[in-house]
Amino acid sequence: MTHIELRGIDKHFGALHVINDLNLVVEDKEFIVLLGQSGCGKTTTLRAIAGLETIDEGDILLDGKTVQHMQASERDIAFVFQSFSLYPHMTVFENIAFPLKAMRVNHAEIAERVKSLAKTLQISDLVSKRPSALSGGDMQRVAIGRALVRQPKAMLMDEPIGALDAKLREEMRAEIKRLHIKQGSTTIYVTHDQVEAMSLADRIVVMHEGILQQIGTPSSVYERPENMFVAQFVGSPVMNVVAADVGEEDGHAHVNIGGDGLRFAFPTELTGKLSAANGQKGNLSLGVRPEGVLVSREERDGYVAVEAGIIEPLGSHDIVDLKLGEDVLRARTTSGLVPGTGEKVWARIDPTRAHFFDTATGKSLGIAF
Amino acid sequence: MANIRLKGITKTFGNVTALNDLHLEVADGEFFVLLGRTGAGKTTTLRVVAGLEKPTAGQVFIDDQDVGRWGPAERDVALVLQQYSLYPRYTVRENLEFPLKSPIRHYDAADIGERVGRVARTLRIEPLLDRKVDRLSGGEMQRVSIGRAIVREPRVFLMDEPLSALDAKLREALRIELKNLQMNLGATFLFVTHDQIEAMSMGDKIGVLDEGQLVQTGAPHEIYADPINTFVARSVGSPPMNLIDGQLAGSEAVTATGERLPLNGKGKGAGAAGRPLIFGIRPEDIFLEADAPAQARVHDVENHGVEKIVTLRMGENFLHATVPAQTSLEIDEEIRFSWNPDKVVVFDGDSGVNLSHAGR
Repeated sequence: MTHIELRGIDKHFGALHVINDLNLVVEDKEFIVLLGQSGCGKTTTLRAIAGLETIDEGDILLDGKTVQHMQASERDIAFVFQSFSLYPHMTVFENIAFPLKAMRVNHAEIAERVKSLAKTLQISDLVSKRPSALSGGDMQRVAIGRALVRQPKAMLMDEPIGALDAKLREEMRAEIKRLHIKQGSTTIYVTHDQVEAMSLADRIVVMHEGILQQIGTPSSVYERPENMFVAQFVGSPVMNVVAADVGEEDGHAHVNIGGDGLRFAFPTELTGKLSAANGQKGNLSLGVRPEGVLVSREERDGYVAVEAGIIEPLGSHDIVDLKLGEDVLRARTTSGLVPGTGEKVWARIDPTRAHFFDTATGKSLGIAF
Repeated sequence: MANIRLKGITKTFGNVTALNDLHLEVADGEFFVLLGRTGAGKTTTLRVVAGLEKPTAGQVFIDDQDVGRWGPAERDVALVLQQYSLYPRYTVRENLEFPLKSPIRHYDAADIGERVGRVARTLRIEPLLDRKVDRLSGGEMQRVSIGRAIVREPRVFLMDEPLSALDAKLREALRIELKNLQMNLGATFLFVTHDQIEAMSMGDKIGVLDEGQLVQTGAPHEIYADPINTFVARSVGSPPMNLIDGQLAGSEAVTATGERLPLNGKGKGAGAAGRPLIFGIRPEDIFLEADAPAQARVHDVENHGVEKIVTLRMGENFLHATVPAQTSLEIDEEIRFSWNPDKVVVFDGDSGVNLSHAGR
C-alpha cells in the first residue's frame, strides 16, 4: 500500500503564492481531508500530487520515491473530480472497464473486477446503461468506480460530491467512507465543507492562503484549534472570539468582556498560565464555542447577569445572542430556555472550553483547564 | 406598518392551480415565514400580495383594506428578491435614493439624505455609499437591496428567498441581521423560503405551504414538536423527524421490523390499536444504551464537532440519532437504542395525520 510525503512544497501562479512551504506525511490507508476556502491551495496541492500541476520547489514522495518529475500516468494515482468525467458514448461497464483495457488486462479479469466494484458501489443494475440515463449520484459512483478499478496506489478526490444535492451528498459521503473502510486505499480528499471533513477524515489538514494551518484528528481540530482561523473555520455556528481583559481580585481570576462589570470567573491558575505562555495583557482574545457558554434563568454563583438578544430556535436547541456591551456571545441552550429577546439571564463561560489567542498573531496560547 | 390578510385566494395558470383557497393572516409587526418546496406556491403568494399577480378568486387585505383593485405602487409594499435588482452603474447611494425619487412620492433633498444615511447605518454599508454596485460582494449587494426596500418605510415587506444565493457563513450572519432589523423597525415581514433553518430561526410564525394550501401554521416550536402530519414532520428539523412504520401492541410500539419500544400511553384512546401507524421521533430523542430495547446497526456517522448525527439501519429503514461528540462508534457496529416516549408523535399509517390532531 501507499505512503505519501510532501516536503517543502512551493508553488506560484504569477505573483500569487498558492502553496507556501507545505509539509505533510500521509500514512498508508489513511484518509486525509484538505479543508479550506476556495483559493486556499488545497486543489493545487492535490493536482501536484497527481502530477497534473508542476511545483516550483520541494519534493513529492510516493512510497519513499520522489515523483515530481514523473508524468501523471506513471504515478499510478487515481483522481476523481467534482464534474463527472465519463465517456458519454460508452456504457457504465465500458466506462469502468476503460482504464483496465488501456492496461491490456484480459477480458475475464476485467469482467470480474468491474462486476465486483459495481456491486460495492450499488450500481450492478446500471452497468449496461449510458451516463446520460443516470442520476448525478450514480454518475459520480461510476466515476469513483473507474478511478478505483485499477487498484491505484492512492486515491485523490477533489470535492467529488460538491455538485450533488444535500440528501444525495449525505448518502454518497457515507458510501465513500464505507468504501474506504473496505478497500483501504490511501486517500486525499479536498473539500470546503467542514462537516464533510469532520465526518470522513482520519486527519484534517486545514489550509488558508497556501499555508497549512493545522493538521490533526477531527476532534483535536475542533477542540484544540491552533489559531483563530481554524477556530472560526471549523464549527457551526462559528466560535465566539472577543477581546478579553484578564484580571485578578482577592485571589480569583476573571475575564472581562465587553467593557466594565461583565467579569467571567476563571480558575485562579489562569493568570499564571497566561504569563507562562507569554500572553500579553491588552492583546488577548477569548474564544468559546456556543456550547461553552452556559446560560441560566436564575442568578447563580459565578454567573454574570446579561441581556438576551436575538434567539434562533432550531428545534433541537436554541442559539441565543447575549449582549455584552459592544460584544455579543452566542450561546447554545436547550429549546425554549430563554423565553424572549430582551430578557435578563445569567451566563458563565466554561473554562474547560475556553481558548485564549494572541490577538495580533492569532495564535492559540495553548491554555487548557 | 400594517397587517396582511389573504381570504380564499385561488390562482390558476392555465391548468395549473398554484394557490388553492389559501387563507393567511400576518399580524402587524409579525415576522411570518412561508416554508415550502419549489412549486408549493410561495412566490405566487408574494406576488399576489404585491399586486404583481391578480388572483383568480379571493381577496387581499393590507391594513384591513381590500387592495384588490390597487396597483402595486399604491399598495406600498417592498419586495426583496433572491437576485439583487440593483442598477449596476449607479453608486450604492444612488440606488438607495432611487425609490425616494419616484414621481408618485415626494421627498425633499434633506429628507432623502437623512433616510439614506439612517438606512446605511442600520445595514452597516456607510463605507460603501459612494461605490458602484458592480464592485460589491454578494452579501453587500443583498444588504443594499434590503436597504432600498426599507428606505421608504413601506407598510409591509415581502421577501422572496433573499438569502438563498449567499454562501453558508454569510447566510448565517444575515439571518440574524435581518431578524434584528425587523425587530428594530417593528415591521411586518412576509418571508418566503424553502430552507427550514431560516424558517425556524427567523419566524415568529411559520406557515407550511404545500400544493397551494397552508398545511399548518404555528410558532416554530409548535411546528417542530407537534406537526399536524408527516409532511410537516419531514419539513422541519435537520435531519428531519424519524418516521417509523409500526403498530400499537398493548402499551408498546412495535415497529415493522419487530422492535418493541415504550410509549407511556401515547396513541391510546385514538382508536389506534391494530391500525397501521407511523411513529415520529426527533433524532435528539433517540438514545443509544447498552440495555435498550431495540436493535440497529451503525450505517454512517456525521461529525458536527458539538455532537454527532448517527445514521442507524433498522432492516431497510434508516434512522437518525443525535449523540454526544465523545461517543465513539464504528461503521456497521451493532447498537441498542431507545427513545423518549413522551416525545413520540403518533401518525395514522394511511393518511399520515397526527392522531392527536385528528378530529380537532
